[in-house]
Amino acid sequence: MPKKPVTFMLNGAEQAAFADDGQNLLDLLRRGVGDLAPKYGCGQGGCGACTVLIDGVPHLSCLVLAETVDGRRIETASGLAGARLHPLQEAFMAHFAAQCGYCTPGMLMAAKALLDQNPRPSREEVVEAISGNLCRCTGYEPIIEAILSVANGGARA
Amino acid sequence: MSVVVETYATATEAARALAGGDALYLAGGTLAMRSVNAGEAPRRLVRTTDRALKEITPAGDVVRVGAGVTMRELLASRELGFLHAAGRQVGGPQVRAMGTVGGNLFAPHPYGDLAVALLALGARVLLAGQSGARPLADLLRDRARAGLVTHLEVPRPREPRAFGFLKAARVHPRGASVIAIAALLPREGGRVRGARVAYGAMGPAPLQATSVERALEGQALDRATIDRAVAAAVQGLDPPTDALASSWYRREVAGVHLRRLLESMERG
Repeated sequence: MPKKPVTFMLNGAEQAAFADDGQNLLDLLRRGVGDLAPKYGCGQGGCGACTVLIDGVPHLSCLVLAETVDGRRIETASGLAGARLHPLQEAFMAHFAAQCGYCTPGMLMAAKALLDQNPRPSREEVVEAISGNLCRCTGYEPIIEAILSVANGGARA
Repeated sequence: MSVVVETYATATEAARALAGGDALYLAGGTLAMRSVNAGEAPRRLVRTTDRALKEITPAGDVVRVGAGVTMRELLASRELGFLHAAGRQVGGPQVRAMGTVGGNLFAPHPYGDLAVALLALGARVLLAGQSGARPLADLLRDRARAGLVTHLEVPRPREPRAFGFLKAARVHPRGASVIAIAALLPREGGRVRGARVAYGAMGPAPLQATSVERALEGQALDRATIDRAVAAAVQGLDPPTDALASSWYRREVAGVHLRRLLESMERG
């Protein structure tokens, strides 16, 4: 099976990998590169657990053909924290926005994409931004509150 | 991975490769990669990097839309403002960033909300390696053997208020359709001329509600006409049963949603 070389920016650092024929981006990130933040949920585009940003726009990495990301800029939840946690991560903790945590990396990236474009979203815009991400624990309310708290200037509960 | 990806520079070459059989066309990935992940894809995946498929070009009374234009790009296009209400109803942000206008025509039940709007507008499709545009309605009747769609010609409604779209879902804000309805009701001298009404999730593919169109044609859009259209809402239809709704339920609520859409268009 031919392998295709791909080079892309992953969380600000250049990354080179070989993509298998037909391999999806999620599989390349997890098994090829070792970034375990994006999760495999449904494999069908229904859950959003695999959400990553490609050139700043949220995509379902399980449905992206890995070889097509050559030259693109990819962000995953692994890149959120620097010396300190990202304000969204702080807010998710403060608002109990994660329970089992499986949806969290996808939720965080969907929220980041929103706030990067629109730092002061309305509640409706937050709901829309995470409408492609399923959470089966929280009932969404703490997640919405966490994202709004960052938009309103801090991670305070 | 047991699939082989073939990438072509032009849609014409990709169409030729598809004609060889045992192949699936890959555009935005929301349908084709799903098949790959489920182990249901044929051996070959065919794609093209043809930039022509990304073009949005106004041409007189129609807008020519490349099949590779994503929902996100459609929603960013002023030219396609009349399709925004329908485009917004497709998936969540991730699916809209990936899913294409062309792919939506092939989305299996209960998906394909945009195709419902395109059908009501009387869109035509252009296929690679074939001359002349075909009505979208023809393609939707036999999607399996359609060929490679490169563009759509979408007639712009002359009066924006003459076009309405409604989607009913059980999961909010973005769930799959229990029913989607699009209606184009141009009016001349207070009467409907050239009514086109389309349903999504009411059959294997988006379909035209011809009984409803007949009830509306030539009439004033008033209470009595709306009553007659609602009475004809599910004539001749046998909607599918799925996890969202039974066939019975879809038949029961179709008239309710049709009435809501028509009344909102009556008010303008």
